Amino acid sequence: MEKIKHHLTDEILMAYSAGTLPEAFNLVVATHISLCDECRAAADSYDALGGAVLEDQEVVTISDGALKATLKLISEMPKDAIKTMHARKPGIFPAPLQDYVGGDADSVEWRSVGMGVKQAVLKTSKEASVRLLYIPAGVAMPDHSHKGKEMTLVLQGAFSDEDGRFARGDIEIADQELHHHPVAEEGEDCICLTATDAPLKFNSLIPRIAQPFLRI
Amino acid sequence: MLTGIQSAEEKGANLPPIPYGANAGQRIRVIESGQVSVNETLEQGPWIAQMERIQAAQDQSAFAELFAHFAPRVKAFLMKSGANDTLAEEIAQEVMATLWHKAHMFDPSRASVATWIFTIARNRKIDAFRKQRRPEPEDLTWGPEAEPDQEDVLALQQETDKLAQAMSELPEKQRELIERAYFGDLSHSEIADETGLPLGTIKSRIRLALERLRHAMK
Repeated sequence: MEKIKHHLTDEILMAYSAGTLPEAFNLVVATHISLCDECRAAADSYDALGGAVLEDQEVVTISDGALKATLKLISEMPKDAIKTMHARKPGIFPAPLQDYVGGDADSVEWRSVGMGVKQAVLKTSKEASVRLLYIPAGVAMPDHSHKGKEMTLVLQGAFSDEDGRFARGDIEIADQELHHHPVAEEGEDCICLTATDAPLKFNSLIPRIAQPFLRI
Repeated sequence: MLTGIQSAEEKGANLPPIPYGANAGQRIRVIESGQVSVNETLEQGPWIAQMERIQAAQDQSAFAELFAHFAPRVKAFLMKSGANDTLAEEIAQEVMATLWHKAHMFDPSRASVATWIFTIARNRKIDAFRKQRRPEPEDLTWGPEAEPDQEDVLALQQETDKLAQAMSELPEKQRELIERAYFGDLSHSEIADETGLPLGTIKSRIRLALERLRHAMK
């Protein structure tokens, strides 16, 4: 595999560790970390910072009988409630994404959005949304800018825009300032996982009309 | 106010007494045959011996020691994150019960015990406060049965120590800002707004410690 060139920011890694990101972003972060050892180590180091914060807490009084109650809880907890491993089919989707899709790329229920572009919105909490996008090789995505934050992770193929070239494992983080026109590279159709916390704002008329139907 | 240790001793009357300083780096290694070799004084991290006693023998007194130390801290952490006393205590108990059930998954070459408990508490918090699950990265492909390399354990635990040290040496106000980020009060950029400087700049010692830790984890 080619080396990953575009990584998560410290801001996002820390928020993922603290548990303050919306579910849709958490899914993109977890999927990227599954592919990127560098960001995995960075995320683990932010967990260690969380551990230091926990260790630093002034202890509060805990009720009498709390230990006994916990031992009772342990004996009552059904063993199968403890999920250990992700079941995962071989393919291009890492385990956390497969959990949301219910399988690999061949299990996605794509909906056509025109120009050969397809999408599948994944079910998460409402604070932000996440979808898979399928962009045929050589096709340009509509020119758009952002109201909120957007994270796009490449799973297959590659695209290029003003910020460079993004291939499998690369993540592009965009905010209000970025206007971009991603174009899928020739050779292989591009599949991306993209999360946003606000509707995208398209800059040409036709995509703006299509926007309510795309649900983006 | 009772300290964690005192209250656990009172409540754990049916359990063997808790030795003080049990986590002082002394290690009793239980070998697979059941033989015990004493006094292997590795400078391994705190609380790992107790985790190993739970892993090897489902030792309830080791659990009581961990409970006395961590349950009040987890509860405090949850209360600062916005839970009331009752809810914080309920979740703290669930977190500690999960520690028992997942003890076999704890790997001291990947995390300190405090870090590992933090991740359990964080996930439980997201579940309880926001009714969401937290997507986790795919497990790396080493098997859970593979014995962690002692050198890796040492390196990781030492760097974690240095990080905690760097954290405790920060000026009060800066430390508070980091804590608030973990309680969910403040985002990283709000921290930058409040201090006028990005996190990486104002906390260069933390940053350095984090980078060493990342290196140790690769």
